[in-house]
Amino acid sequence: MANHTIAQNVYVPFLEKKGIWSWILTTDHKRIGIMYLISISFFFLVAGVFALMLRYELLTPASDFVQPHTYNVLFTLHGSIMVFFFIVPGLAASFGNFLIPLMIGAPDVAFPKLNLGSYWIYLLGTLIVLIALAKPADTGWTFYTPYSATTDTDVVLITLGVFVLGFSSILTGLNFIVTIHKMRAPGMTWHRLPLFIWASYATSILQLLATPVVGITLLLLITERTLGVGFFDPAKGGDPVLFQNFFWFYSHPAVYIMIIPAMGVISEIIPVFARKPIFGYKAIAYSSLGIAFISFLVWAHHMFTSGISDIAATIFSFLTFLVAIPTAIKVFNWTATLYKGSIHLHSAMLYALAFVFLFTIGGLTGLFLGALAADIHLHDTYFVVAHMHYVMIGGTVMGFFGALHFWYPKWFGRMFNETVAKIAWLFIFIGFNVTFFPQFFLGVQGMPRRYATYPAEFESLMSLSTYGSWILGAGIIIMTVNLIAGLINGEKAPQNPYGSLSLEWQVPSPPPLENFEEIPHVTDWSYGYGKKK
Amino acid sequence: MTWIPEVASNLASKVDGVLLLITLLSLVFFILITVVLVYFAIKYRRKREDEETPYITGSEPLEIIWTVIPSILLIVIFVYGYVVFKDMRTPPKDSVEVTVQGKQWLWTFDYYNGKKTINELYVQYNRPVRLVMEAPDVLHSFFVPAFRVKQDLVPGRYTQLWFTPTKIGTFDIFCAEYCGTGHSAMLGKVIVLSPEAYEIWEKGVKADEGAGVASLPPVELGAKIYKEKGCNACHSLDGSTLVGPSFKGIFGHAVELQDGSKVDVDENYIKQSILEPQAQVVKGFAPVMPSFKGILSDEDVTALVAYIKTLK
Repeated sequence: MANHTIAQNVYVPFLEKKGIWSWILTTDHKRIGIMYLISISFFFLVAGVFALMLRYELLTPASDFVQPHTYNVLFTLHGSIMVFFFIVPGLAASFGNFLIPLMIGAPDVAFPKLNLGSYWIYLLGTLIVLIALAKPADTGWTFYTPYSATTDTDVVLITLGVFVLGFSSILTGLNFIVTIHKMRAPGMTWHRLPLFIWASYATSILQLLATPVVGITLLLLITERTLGVGFFDPAKGGDPVLFQNFFWFYSHPAVYIMIIPAMGVISEIIPVFARKPIFGYKAIAYSSLGIAFISFLVWAHHMFTSGISDIAATIFSFLTFLVAIPTAIKVFNWTATLYKGSIHLHSAMLYALAFVFLFTIGGLTGLFLGALAADIHLHDTYFVVAHMHYVMIGGTVMGFFGALHFWYPKWFGRMFNETVAKIAWLFIFIGFNVTFFPQFFLGVQGMPRRYATYPAEFESLMSLSTYGSWILGAGIIIMTVNLIAGLINGEKAPQNPYGSLSLEWQVPSPPPLENFEEIPHVTDWSYGYGKKK
Repeated sequence: MTWIPEVASNLASKVDGVLLLITLLSLVFFILITVVLVYFAIKYRRKREDEETPYITGSEPLEIIWTVIPSILLIVIFVYGYVVFKDMRTPPKDSVEVTVQGKQWLWTFDYYNGKKTINELYVQYNRPVRLVMEAPDVLHSFFVPAFRVKQDLVPGRYTQLWFTPTKIGTFDIFCAEYCGTGHSAMLGKVIVLSPEAYEIWEKGVKADEGAGVASLPPVELGAKIYKEKGCNACHSLDGSTLVGPSFKGIFGHAVELQDGSKVDVDENYIKQSILEPQAQVVKGFAPVMPSFKGILSDEDVTALVAYIKTLK
């Protein structure tokens, strides 16, 4: 698609420069992407350890591993770190940084220094939260008032940290929007853009528009705690449900900040390993924007039992079903892309297929929670926990792992052990389902979430879920070790090991500084696989 | 183990209808996607490197089909969910009203005839009940899986919930909205009585079980109160630390207070701690216990003291 070559004698890989300052002060989007990748992966593993501790406590009904208060702190930390440190910046900040300029044929993002600043703001936010660990909050990651306004744990610092993190998200979103508008190579029209770019674009809009609201909300909470202003305290004329409205006005779009980039990844991986053009390009591209738009209008489906009016609940239920449509369209199109393909089950493709399978379960179980009468029974039970993890792990994390395996050779210039990668995938796939599938049944049977102890009747399914978490944990350890081992002694990666047509594969692995020797001239989309009639 | 909790209210079977419809539709789509995914992945596995693939970029008729059909089904689900929801939100005019208070970490129930119970809600078989609920401290949520009902309790306003019990027996109440350290111990029971038993209960002299309870020996009565009034949510019997100090071996020993001073745990200290919990709080614990003044009689307190004495 791009007719240019790189002369080998001037090729300087972006990883060539060594030394700590070459990282701290870098404005190279690929290095900043790596810094995000390392940071979010670290926090993913930390919060994963918290998850294993939670599950271990839940092996038996009584409190025997940790006390209830400690349990509550652990699920608060697990949720907060996973959401705010890992999955919100997640794919968007790590792979978004690495891929957006490469895929659109640009030397870097529009504002490289701002990009570096965004990373350091992210790190500052995480540092503030680390300080808060001296007396960690026990509110859950949702910080619902009045509990968060009255608990004597340190809610102010952790919310301040999240407030700061928000700026990183806003600035990154802004940077990517400008980059995608202004930095596309000649010939890279909107309808030739890779779908990962469309997904990043939709995500960036959400980051830019929704994040300020959570920032303001957390600031109000901090004001309430420190100055005693009663925004949410009924004794002072406030309303606790107002907090929930504010919080979900951000946090529901945030769910799509988390999942849309993963959908973009899947749209890249499947065509390459099926050697087929993506099926329904425009449907997938526009459905990303459609999801982003509707996602602003569904927040109160988290609040059907909260005391909002019946009319409000009914309207939000209806709008919630609307968001299911573009999501379903994507799943159908990915599946149709496989038709008459030449399918290679590379580890990245296995993660992509796992995504489609698990995300389908996550999406369909969302229908139960969108339907008013059913949600009344299922709300705040393990059904929600299971649904949420099917979307977030089955969706986003599978997309993240798929992206790691897919672009690994390009990013680091080395190969990992493919057999070990497949074994890790199998552990993760089985472990995930054993952990979370039983939780659907627990929820239907009435097991409430956030319970440090639980009635004995739930024990068999609860301990099954805990055993699953061990398999899942083992799989993630195997995968991590395999990927790190590849960095150290993996074979050198060729330029384009899978025969992809996308621009990032047309430069050496790892890409040179500034990506392209000369800006490519794009003449076709990047999904032109197969024989044209 | 069953798939779904027992059906014990008029609303439960209606909600189950919605659950069943969505389950069936979901299964159809789930099986469809999975079968096609696996079938394609196997049938079109790459056998040679130079395989040719067709250049297919999409199909408008297919896009329309898989947009329109799910949309129609989604609207069906929405409407069904709404219709049942409307039922759940519309209590009959002749419902018996009970005022519910959820506080960290117990439930209190006030009845029209002045009766008051803790953690046990007494209702009559086949007679609609409307709960008017409030929370003085933080959010809670009243959840009875067997009835398929759930409603948050919100400080600063009343919320309501109704059901008609259709089965005689005892059913779990869970607090479903996270409310702090004792959240998972904020449990209660709905006790559905036959009309005859309900009538006896209604006219009973004592707040709870009537004459039978008062004749129990103090230690047994104390043990019963310990479980039924929710002491067990925060005070263990085995020495483990929950929200408050464990009762194990506490009697007769000195405890350190917030200000560093010490006090002997004797009959008076226990009585004071039950009626005015914040007066002398043991060091290391938050001053969160609600007062049981007016909830427990002198006789109840004496029984509790007698019971705690036995916990060596």
